[in-house]
Amino acid sequence: MKRVYVNEKWCLGCRLCEYNCAFANSGMDDMVKALKDVEINPRIKVEKANGISFAVQCRHCKDPLCVKVCIAGALHLDEDGVIRINQDKCVGCHSCVMACPYGAIMPSGHGVMQKCELCLQNSSKEPACVKGCPNKAIVYEER
Amino acid sequence: MAINFVEPLYEIVRDQTRCIKCRVCENQCANEVHRYDKDLKVMLSDETKCVNCHRCVALCPTHALKIVKSNNSFKENANWTQSSLLAIYQQAATGGVLLSSMGNPEPQPVYWDKILINASQVTNPPIDPLREPMETRTFLGAKPKDIERDENGEIKTKMPPQLELSTPIMFSAMSYGSISYNAHESLARAATELGILYNTGEGGLHEDFYKYGANTIVQVASGRFGVSKDFLSAGAAIEIKMGQGAKPGIGGHLPGQKVVADVSKTRMIPEGSDAISPAPHHDIYSIEDLRQLVFSLKEASDYKKPVIVKIAAVHNVAVIASGVARSGADIIAIDGFRGGTGAAPTRIRDNVGIPIELALAAVDKRLRDEGIRDNVSIVVGGSIRSSADVVKAIALGADACYIATGALVAMGCHLCRSCHLGRCNWGIATQRPDLTKRLNPEVGSQRLVNLIQAWTHEIKEMMGGMGINSIEALRGNRLMLRGIGLTEKELEILGIKHAGE
Amino acid sequence: MIEGEFRNPAGCAIAAMINTSGNRFSGEDIIKSIAVMHDRSNGLGGGFAGYGIYPEYKDYYAFHIFYEDNISKRACEEYIETYYDVVNLSKIPTRQIKEITDAPLIWRYFVTPLKTKLDAAQLDEKEYIMRSVFHINTQIKGAYIFSSGKNMGVFKAVGFPEDVGRFYRLEDYEGYSFTAHGRYPTNTPGWWGGAHPFSLLDLSVVHNGEISSYDANRRAMEMYGYKCTLLTDTEVITYIIDYLTRRKHLSLEEVASVIAAPFWETINRKSEKEKERLTYLRNVFASQLITGPFSIIVGFDNGLMALNDRLKLRSMVMAEKGDMKYIASEESAIRRICPDAENVYYPKGGEAVIIKVDNKEVQ
Repeated sequence: MKRVYVNEKWCLGCRLCEYNCAFANSGMDDMVKALKDVEINPRIKVEKANGISFAVQCRHCKDPLCVKVCIAGALHLDEDGVIRINQDKCVGCHSCVMACPYGAIMPSGHGVMQKCELCLQNSSKEPACVKGCPNKAIVYEER
Repeated sequence: MAINFVEPLYEIVRDQTRCIKCRVCENQCANEVHRYDKDLKVMLSDETKCVNCHRCVALCPTHALKIVKSNNSFKENANWTQSSLLAIYQQAATGGVLLSSMGNPEPQPVYWDKILINASQVTNPPIDPLREPMETRTFLGAKPKDIERDENGEIKTKMPPQLELSTPIMFSAMSYGSISYNAHESLARAATELGILYNTGEGGLHEDFYKYGANTIVQVASGRFGVSKDFLSAGAAIEIKMGQGAKPGIGGHLPGQKVVADVSKTRMIPEGSDAISPAPHHDIYSIEDLRQLVFSLKEASDYKKPVIVKIAAVHNVAVIASGVARSGADIIAIDGFRGGTGAAPTRIRDNVGIPIELALAAVDKRLRDEGIRDNVSIVVGGSIRSSADVVKAIALGADACYIATGALVAMGCHLCRSCHLGRCNWGIATQRPDLTKRLNPEVGSQRLVNLIQAWTHEIKEMMGGMGINSIEALRGNRLMLRGIGLTEKELEILGIKHAGE
Repeated sequence: MIEGEFRNPAGCAIAAMINTSGNRFSGEDIIKSIAVMHDRSNGLGGGFAGYGIYPEYKDYYAFHIFYEDNISKRACEEYIETYYDVVNLSKIPTRQIKEITDAPLIWRYFVTPLKTKLDAAQLDEKEYIMRSVFHINTQIKGAYIFSSGKNMGVFKAVGFPEDVGRFYRLEDYEGYSFTAHGRYPTNTPGWWGGAHPFSLLDLSVVHNGEISSYDANRRAMEMYGYKCTLLTDTEVITYIIDYLTRRKHLSLEEVASVIAAPFWETINRKSEKEKERLTYLRNVFASQLITGPFSIIVGFDNGLMALNDRLKLRSMVMAEKGDMKYIASEESAIRRICPDAENVYYPKGGEAVIIKVDNKEVQ
């Protein structure tokens, strides 16, 4: 399956991926409207330290710990290999947040959790972080 | 604090309704122009530091930024212009030589723009490159004087060393040091994919790039940085740099801050030391000395590689080229006065040399008049900006064109002309690791490949329009050109007729 | 403005016939053949080349010269007498017809270089002749040599080709091969010298087309000492063929691989050795590649070569009957003189068809 991969060699730490993620998942059609004066809560996060930076988001593990620990059956591994969250079922127990070794699941701010679903079902239709990366540091490909 | 006479040249216009304070402008500006003010909760700018490189403009996700020329003005004066006043303030403050980067931006005539290309109508059909073969393959190198045959009467096909190009365009010399590792890798990979050549410039060849040797021209300049037996054998051709269009008559200066560890190793000089190329080659004080160097390099490379001699277009370029053509060189590269540079004294860049169009026309004619045009190929550079410029250059008599500024622009350069500061926000003319990583060679090489392929398509379209289906039939075909708005003298030098004739 | 001061692209009709046994025949048929293609000419130029027509003077160069007036004639003859032994000179016989007007003085000289002058020039004999031709054509005002080969001659004028043939009494000449040309210049009235065939030494070229490589070719040939005085395509083609065959000793097949070179994609499909050979020829003689439409018939001592441009942008057809071979722009021109001609063949673009007389000694 195609996954999002990050090459820290080319990551500039510009954080455009975070903003593109936040916009793609905002449900709005204009970035200014979506993100103006908003504290963004993206599903991809750029980690920076000592001159190194890279973006982290869900790896869509083949044997996902988050799904195993979910007490509400909200997380599931779909047939297409994407791990999705049903926020209607999520009870906000944070078990998945604790279990994910990558820190790729986080609270949405509305009492439930959120995670990267590769933008396949939002307005972007393909990972917005990849599309907007100015240096091809994030790629969406089969490996 | 003393009065600062230098005023900002640009204004950064930020549309505060669009700005989402993502701070990309801030984290992308190596000149530290943008900053976020926590108390005011807005992005602010310090325009005195802005070089107008457009990195922030290009990356702003909401298109909230634009950079405009400041309309802050001096009292109008057609003689003492703003630029002449600012230069004096700067020199009065520092006592230094003015430095600039990239090509001469002054409004001297651009002859390419005063030349028009022909097309076929009725008596001779245009050829459609989508339906018929259209050939751009080009060979560079000396042609044999006589045809030799073996005992069976078969032609002996041995030639003096040649370069084969899929299209008559090459990337001209830009040294590792003046531009980044990633920029070099982009050029090398693109040249390899395209079947053309790139040029190392005078800074040697990084060990990682020896594998691209078949598509590499290695350069020997007056500083002899990075020159070794391995280096000379690594490329497909060897170029002796006698001069550069942006700064004829002077050498080069790579500031110590750009001589980082890898650059120092490649150039074979101590880390952090200024790399200064002398104005002349200290073993070339005359044409016969040049001949000796040409043959020394041929000896060193077993006569397997063509030797290019690159000269700047200066007043008597035709005579110089004639001498070079008799020196044993296989290819002459001529660099016009608009050619780019990583750093040059401003006054030299803007006032020394002549346009490449006139130099090319004069050299091609001179070599033909002397009957020695077949001894050498001619490659021209110094502001070839489009496929139309390439077509015009070839019709004037060039075998191929060198592009460098165009290649940099393809990789992202916005011609802010601040290379000499070493803080290139596009990751090209810098050695700062946080900046050089901004040019991913995968992206850079693809953009170069796209550019040359696009130009080649356009060259084929123009050739087809003229009813020419192979590039060699365009070479020196000056009847395919007409001048517009040129004087008799200019037309005479260019060897073309005026439009309507 | 007279021809030679501007570039004059042209369309045309061409025809040729040759007896491969070397038997001589009259010029009557070639006139009939070219006359069929009347509509491919516009009356502004026509001409013929005949080979084997001067058997009695076959060891002498036959100079055919146009003179504007007696002044130019005197100047030119003075030059010729200085450098050549003239064994015969005469007006070229013509017939007065109303279709052909404004004729210049047309003279013929059978000459051989003076040995002392030739030795002093330290030149190959043919190079010596070529330089004389260029000298006369560029330096002697009003004089123009339009034919300079041995045992061959060019006859040309402003007019339709059939009228030109009658004007020159071509039916009175017998040769083993003839070529013909009807001209359709696309701008101003032609000049007698601008009509085809173009000829230098034994070579003659008739040509239909307009080459787009003209100035690239011209500037290259001028570097080798050829003077393109007429600024026409055919002139430069003639010089290219002379240069490649006489100076560079290429065979006619090799010449064809240079001027109508195979495309690289074709070359790439050849054997390694052939690829090398063709690449070599294209590279070394890049400036002699001819692009744009052309069909040409090259006459030379002992034969003919027919060649189309690499895309075959002009018509050309061949046929044969016994030891007679015919070439023309249109098949009708062949049928007119040989209704039962066989083996009709359309040469492909860039394919050289070379026809040689089997027995060199002309019967």
